[in-house]
Amino acid sequence: MGQATTDGPATNGIWGWLPVLIPLAIFGWSFSFLGPISNGEVLRFSSDWVPSLGISLSFLVDGLSLTFTLLISGIGALVLLYSNTYLAGHPQYGRFSLYLVSFMLAMLGLVLSDNLISLFVFWELTTITSYLLIGFDNESAKSRRSALQALLLTGAGALALLAGLILLGVTAGTFEISVILAKGDEIRAHALYLPILILILAGAFTKSAQVPFHFWLPNAMAAPTPVSAFLHSATMVKAGVYLMARMHPAFSGTEVWMWTLTIFGATTAVFASFLALRQNDLKQALAYTTLMALGTLTMFLGSDTGYAITAFITFLIVHSLYKAALFLIVGCIDHETGTRRADILGGLGRAMPITAAAAALSAMSMAGFPPFLGFIGKELKYAGAIAVTSEPFFVAGAALLANSLMLAVAGVVAFKPFWRTTGEPLPKTPHEAPWPMLAGPVILAALGAVLGIAPGLIQNTLITPTVDAMLGAPPTEAKELKLWAGVNIPLFLSIATFVLGLALYAVHPTLRNILARLDDMTPSFDRGWDRILDGLKALAGWQTRLIQSGVLRRYMFIIFATFVAVIGATLYLRTDLPTSFEIEPLAAKQWAVIILMIAGTLVTVATRSRITAIASLGVVGITVALVFIMYGAPDVAITQLLVETLIVVLVAVAMLRLPFLDRRGESDHRPLDALLAIGVGTVTTITMLLVLEQPLDLRLTEYFEATSWPEAFGRNIVNVILVDFRALDTFGEIAVVVIAALSAYALLRTTAKEAGK
Amino acid sequence: MNSLILRVATRYLAGILLIFSVYMLLRGHNEPGGGFIGGLVGATGFVLYALACGTSMAREALRIQPQTLAMIGLGIALVAGLFSIVFSDALFTGQWLFIGATDDDKGYPLSTILVFDIGVYLVVLGSILTIVFAMEEEI
Repeated sequence: MGQATTDGPATNGIWGWLPVLIPLAIFGWSFSFLGPISNGEVLRFSSDWVPSLGISLSFLVDGLSLTFTLLISGIGALVLLYSNTYLAGHPQYGRFSLYLVSFMLAMLGLVLSDNLISLFVFWELTTITSYLLIGFDNESAKSRRSALQALLLTGAGALALLAGLILLGVTAGTFEISVILAKGDEIRAHALYLPILILILAGAFTKSAQVPFHFWLPNAMAAPTPVSAFLHSATMVKAGVYLMARMHPAFSGTEVWMWTLTIFGATTAVFASFLALRQNDLKQALAYTTLMALGTLTMFLGSDTGYAITAFITFLIVHSLYKAALFLIVGCIDHETGTRRADILGGLGRAMPITAAAAALSAMSMAGFPPFLGFIGKELKYAGAIAVTSEPFFVAGAALLANSLMLAVAGVVAFKPFWRTTGEPLPKTPHEAPWPMLAGPVILAALGAVLGIAPGLIQNTLITPTVDAMLGAPPTEAKELKLWAGVNIPLFLSIATFVLGLALYAVHPTLRNILARLDDMTPSFDRGWDRILDGLKALAGWQTRLIQSGVLRRYMFIIFATFVAVIGATLYLRTDLPTSFEIEPLAAKQWAVIILMIAGTLVTVATRSRITAIASLGVVGITVALVFIMYGAPDVAITQLLVETLIVVLVAVAMLRLPFLDRRGESDHRPLDALLAIGVGTVTTITMLLVLEQPLDLRLTEYFEATSWPEAFGRNIVNVILVDFRALDTFGEIAVVVIAALSAYALLRTTAKEAGK
Repeated sequence: MNSLILRVATRYLAGILLIFSVYMLLRGHNEPGGGFIGGLVGATGFVLYALACGTSMAREALRIQPQTLAMIGLGIALVAGLFSIVFSDALFTGQWLFIGATDDDKGYPLSTILVFDIGVYLVVLGSILTIVFAMEEEI
């Protein structure tokens, strides 16, 4: 990664520090909610946004959203503090912190939203800002590709999500989440339950990178490391998990919910743990362990027992703390040594003692050693797994395997680089990172230990309110977080985990090679994605070549043929064709105009000379102006006359200079064109006759007649409508006129330049 | 087009068309006419001039770029429409001033409506000339 630069000024000035204060302030403010939330209250704030559509900006603070808020703002502050040093003197640091803060605010909006539509808007804002963050290093093709991949995949999921949310809102009769959650039974029994579930889960699974949509997440590591620490620990990827947790009261409890989440979650967890061990790049290894965590969280959301949900929220907190810390530590290693390769890093413990200590604490929490919060989380996981009534062995087995692999990965990432001696030379001489980069890892790692020893700190404030929010209370179904829960099955499973994990760590270099070979043999999702994109591009190219031939005559043909087909089909299917129509007796002058019009048309069609065709077309236009005059619309007549004159001039200028095309070898298109012209004429005539059958609504006409002089001080109603009654429309029209003129000008100039004039 | 008769006639005709276009613009509120028609008439005058004497002469006579003229017109129309904000009316509501009004006579009316219409006039004139001049020159 080339972002870490020590050249140039070493700080970003005040704009480096100022953004830190925003999440810090939110973090502090969120603390004021802890009191009411731990008393079991739920706070709502609401203001209308689009009241006609039932969309409001309403926010809900309960245990679940407060937990996320604290994690997002707390880790956000530490990450911004860290970035200010990590990217010190980066020429685009202002842009970076803007993206990061915007992302954070969008994420906070997402977890606090109490309206499906505003939740979706914030959801998409996180998609866009994370696109900008992943592609921050925009000069690298890899970054751009990864950013686009994340955007397209999560964006596609979001479209499904939008459909699901709208269906849900229509089914429930409201878009307010808190109201919908109370109607869980009704929704589960509804015929649309399955479609809604599939659509919403499609959004959640793509966002939270469940297999088979997981591949964008490791690629997103192209982002600067602080971004990975933020997006891929506590926040963006957990948005999907949050959504599933938020919807848990409305959706859970059915077979399909349980099996879908359990199977997808377990598969992701085990699959990702193996791949994590295969990685040589420390950051990639962490990316895959994040996948494992997301899989585990999803797996627990499949259940609705108190143990499983307590395990869910505890592991969510544990994971956010240690994963953010480890990402930041890997960033420190990268920053100070110039490499992230597991096979050459070593002996950093002496040079970077504080980093090493923080890494050790985080890794122990990740590996699930007592007395860390990770241990409690793991014990609860096993307890939750056993409590899964249908398939305890499947869930417990998956958890055991994933946890053991996790322990091995923790050793690779946070133990080996510091404590093994190595002969490999490093790109830079390692030394301790500056304090702003140490603050994050140290605080987060310490929290993991403190909360492990004193789990009571979060028991009543966060854990119980969250479980209550998801499972309903009273009575609360939350389980107590205990370091020592006695001799029971979870304890045995824990011991099994340690043994298995340490064994895996001991053989991991061999295992890595085997896994790498297996991984290379299996078809890659990432390459499959490329193939899908290539196919899409080929399809787009094919249909563009088909529709946009570049021949004007063909365009006109398509446009008019579509007109005939669409209007004609509608007329045929939806209306009765006019059977009789009256024609007023025509005076001689009217006959004269009509004959002139028909004659002009015939000459235009029949002649082979361009100038004759243009002139006779002008005759047709002028007879139309005459018709307007006869029926008392002088303004329209004048306009028609002038426009007709100018068109004749314009067409003459253009046409007379066109080369005569060589038509030899080309079939005559005139018969087909004639047929189309007759079709357009027929359809238009029938439409006109049908329109005339309707009684004329004169209300507007009468209104304008009555008010034009007294209110708008004008006797020419047409003009008064144009410049007064409908002035805004007119303004829009003249803006279009200007745009059209400028576009034509630009086109003409470009072709002239290309022709070499 | 190299015709002596057309060139001589155009010298007078173009001028008359321009004066006529302003007349059409000003009378538009009560009689047939208005900014749209006025702009079209004015454009015909310049197009005629360009056909008879060449585009470069017509450009010289116009003095400013036609696209600039169109943009200025759009700006004038916008300002006329935004003017109503000052009087806390809805956008594009006409504001009137009757100079020397008595009880019997409304006096001499002035309004933002006229300003708006002048904007329309300039947009139509400028846009058409932009296209015509460019076509004449480039093709």
